[in-house]
Amino acid sequence: MDAKTGFFYFFAAVLLFASFRVITARNPVYAVLYLVLAFFQAACIWILLKAEFLGIALVLVYVGAVMVLFLFVVMMLDVNIDSLRQGFWRHFPLAAGIGVLIALEMSAVLIGGFRISEEPKAPVVLGQAAQQVSNTRELGKLIYTQYIYPLEVAAVILLVAMIAAIALTLRQRKDSKHIDVSDQVRVKARDRLDVVKMPSTQPYVSDATAGAALGATEKQP
Amino acid sequence: MTLTLGHFLSLGAILFALSIIGIFLNRKNLIVLLMAIELMLLAVNMNFVAFSHYLGDLHGQVLVFFILTVAAAESAIGLAILVLLFRNKSSINVDELNTLKG
Repeated sequence: MDAKTGFFYFFAAVLLFASFRVITARNPVYAVLYLVLAFFQAACIWILLKAEFLGIALVLVYVGAVMVLFLFVVMMLDVNIDSLRQGFWRHFPLAAGIGVLIALEMSAVLIGGFRISEEPKAPVVLGQAAQQVSNTRELGKLIYTQYIYPLEVAAVILLVAMIAAIALTLRQRKDSKHIDVSDQVRVKARDRLDVVKMPSTQPYVSDATAGAALGATEKQP
Repeated sequence: MTLTLGHFLSLGAILFALSIIGIFLNRKNLIVLLMAIELMLLAVNMNFVAFSHYLGDLHGQVLVFFILTVAAAESAIGLAILVLLFRNKSSINVDELNTLKG
């Protein structure tokens, strides 16, 4: 049992413990923090598998961006946890049965069926004696040559997701008394002032009613 | 006892089973449902990376790259919908989402 095996079991144990706490934690903030721990352990395991670029990308993208987004949302919402936890353990026997069944069946098949323990040796090119290849460089070569169109589709997906998220959550404040400038510019004189036809001479009634009739010709905007 | 491909695949399978249990347990809490889906995607990615390493084929890691992209977009839109839902109903209980009578 070498160091790599020991590290694998350690990381796997912490990963499984963290993901167990994610699904059972009472407070959603703790669940998010345990999910961060789970992603860190997964990144460590990927680095054990010599996928350094993806391990670091997982930490940067997931822990740095997505989990922080989760944390913001969880802290922003004032969630009533007690109503959500009602009947939490009611379906636990069924869930545990199905989960253990899936895990046992797949492990029984996978442990026995995939006994590859040696990674294949890289083909040695004549004249170049076993040079050290960088995972990031190889991945970059593959992405930017063979997978260039899928990469651009992925970029478009991210753009669409960004626009969709902003458009979904953007709202106008209902209580603000802001002035629409285009409405102000477009206004005409007849919208504000209404000229009413009246007979130029009127029979004399009294001073008070005549003054009121004179004042009523101008309409308030 | 050296590490084999089966160890990593089993780890992915156990992680997947745990997140399925999580979906069963947290039927009402939409946030934890989203987190369980993230865990599922992590389990799938674990399988891809393990196969990519032991078969010496880098295409699996490229696929993990794209899965990470789509998962990030998915969680961003999911959280936006969650915020919108909380703004309208003041609750994230899945049981109360019966407006469509489906």
